[in-house]
Amino acid sequence: MAASIIEMIVFPGFIFLGVLGMIFEYVDRILYARLQNRKGPPWFQPFADFIKLGAKEDVIPREADSRMFKLAPILAAAAAVVASFYIPMWGGSALHSFTGDAVVVIYLLTIPTVSFFLAGWYSTSLYSTVGAVRTITQLFAYEVPLFLVILAPGILAGTWSLSGMAVFYSQHPLLCLTNVLGFVVAIVALQGKLERIPFDIPEAETEIVAGTFTEYSGRLLAIFRLAIDIETVVGAALVSAIFLPFGIGLGGVLGCLVFIIKIAVVMFILAVFKTSMARLRIEQMVNFCWKYVAPAAVLQLFISMILGAFIGDAFIGGGE
Amino acid sequence: MNPDKIVKIPMGPQHPALKEPACFTISLNGEKLVDLDLRLGYNHRGIEKAAEERTYIQNIYLLERICGICSHSHTTCMIQCVEQIAGLEVPARGRWLRTMVGELERVHSHLLWLGVAAHEVGFDTLLMYSWRDREIVMDLLAAMTGNRVNYSFNLIGGAKLDITEEQKKDILKAVDALEERTKYYIEVATEETTLVARLSNVGYISLDDVMRIGVVGPTGRASGLDSDARKDDPYAAYDEIPFKVITDTHCDVYGRALVRMGELMESYKIIRYVLQNLPDGPIAVKAPRKIPAGEAISRYEAPRGEDVHYVRANGTDKPERMRVRAPTMVNLLAVPKMLKGDNLADVAITIAAIDPCFSCTDRAIRVSDYDGGNAKVMTWEETRQFSIDWYRKNGVDFTELNKRFANRIK
Repeated sequence: MAASIIEMIVFPGFIFLGVLGMIFEYVDRILYARLQNRKGPPWFQPFADFIKLGAKEDVIPREADSRMFKLAPILAAAAAVVASFYIPMWGGSALHSFTGDAVVVIYLLTIPTVSFFLAGWYSTSLYSTVGAVRTITQLFAYEVPLFLVILAPGILAGTWSLSGMAVFYSQHPLLCLTNVLGFVVAIVALQGKLERIPFDIPEAETEIVAGTFTEYSGRLLAIFRLAIDIETVVGAALVSAIFLPFGIGLGGVLGCLVFIIKIAVVMFILAVFKTSMARLRIEQMVNFCWKYVAPAAVLQLFISMILGAFIGDAFIGGGE
Repeated sequence: MNPDKIVKIPMGPQHPALKEPACFTISLNGEKLVDLDLRLGYNHRGIEKAAEERTYIQNIYLLERICGICSHSHTTCMIQCVEQIAGLEVPARGRWLRTMVGELERVHSHLLWLGVAAHEVGFDTLLMYSWRDREIVMDLLAAMTGNRVNYSFNLIGGAKLDITEEQKKDILKAVDALEERTKYYIEVATEETTLVARLSNVGYISLDDVMRIGVVGPTGRASGLDSDARKDDPYAAYDEIPFKVITDTHCDVYGRALVRMGELMESYKIIRYVLQNLPDGPIAVKAPRKIPAGEAISRYEAPRGEDVHYVRANGTDKPERMRVRAPTMVNLLAVPKMLKGDNLADVAITIAAIDPCFSCTDRAIRVSDYDGGNAKVMTWEETRQFSIDWYRKNGVDFTELNKRFANRIK
């Protein structure tokens, strides 16, 4: 009992993820800066931002629903942390694992987005409301493709447990190649989920100030930013567990290192995305997702199903 | 249209998209823009009035500060008026040097615009790149004139500083580098899918509307209006320098970007031509302190469009009246037209696409009864009394405070 509480709170739970999230925020910022020919922040910048925000006063707008206003950031952070418990990181399996946990993880990763919406909606300011509506509009565009491509590899692996999938693909690394399309779709959808350029429409600074987060300040904003950092790491870990299942089961320091390198690779791809594009308009984003990303996800599903029907029999059960 | 569905969003006076205060109240139906209300006047500095209190020499200093970007444009425009009234013939070398600084200024202004426009559509990488390259031309201006922003290069009767052979070489080398970079930006602007998607068919304004509203500068030229004060009414050395007026027929923000990029390439040609054919001789003639009575108007193609200045002299060393019309004044009027039916996301980039400069534009505004439209003129005393009464009505009484201040002054 005590051990599992420590696992949840310290390692690899909340504190570990928070620190890792902030380290990767730094990695993201420095990559973005270097790609833009800037110097970038020092390594402790995300921590300094967090501490400074934490020391500031929380201002809650009079018009806002104060309970929902305070609850939203905590909900977002909690959901992102809980999602991480089901993702295999470096050991063979995740902290907790059961059949069908892939569905639960996607569901848990939706909660931060929903809480962004709630935060914006209950702030009641104009910019926040527009940002909130955009958040939810965007959710409908990327969520379905993400769902499809996360579950598609499971068909071949014969399990919808993330740990099972990871083990299956690490035993049959060549089969990963059938998921390349899914990997691309997952990266695009993740970019949308994390609201980064070109999909940072809900917080488009030059249009709606800070969108959902316009009214947030102090500790509540710090928690929100932490939630986004954790969500980034968890999202990258999810994608790398399914699509880059190398070094699973190495365990120990080496496994941990491979895990971090994998996340860094995903972060690098995300940063290049962010650097080389302009922000889309909301309707362009929705069009793009339904015209190209969703069909690509369906195609990935077909590939997995056909492969599963022909050659899958030889493998199914291999991962269990 | 259901009026309940209309949401009014204020953009300004303080907003991340605006570099200077101005207020755009946007009426939205969903994400679609229905109406746009424009209010200016947050930045009025009374420069025209201040100019009447100063001598012509001091006014060069003052007018340079109308705009941080087109500082050379405004002084040249004013000085051309004064020279016209005084009948001064500026020596050829002075005119050519002025032309060159003017073109360097255009280069830095257009590169700045490119960065701002990229930022408005969330393409910060292009902002960082173009502003980094803008430093090349800023350094050139600093080396030539001693200042990065307000160059103080003009004199009534010519230019203040000459350039050396070494500086010529530096400028030529820098222009080559800039040309290389500009070609790259043209490539980015025409090929980067997301950028093209954000700029195309946004802020459309037809040639007819452009002519009717009187839009000037790159904004007008992007709708096919072949008008450039440098060609239509040549000043400085533009009648002796070959160059093309860049126009475009896209009529949208994309077209405006292309026109500005094209103008950059033309500016490099002009700068090279000036350096290769710079005539010898003096750079300035001596101007009298007192300018004879008369009036003049002058046009200048600033980076943002056409500046028009009017000066009336009364025989003293101070102007009787000075009037400045910055290009933003007319271009802003086209913004509501451009934005009709566009998205909320397009507002920032459309406003940025005219390259607005609100503080250059802001002028004295007659305060009228906003609802009834009744104009009322108040004297200084009446205005003061009005404010005292207004504050008293709202529970703030300064009488005691004023007494205390008065005692302290004694």
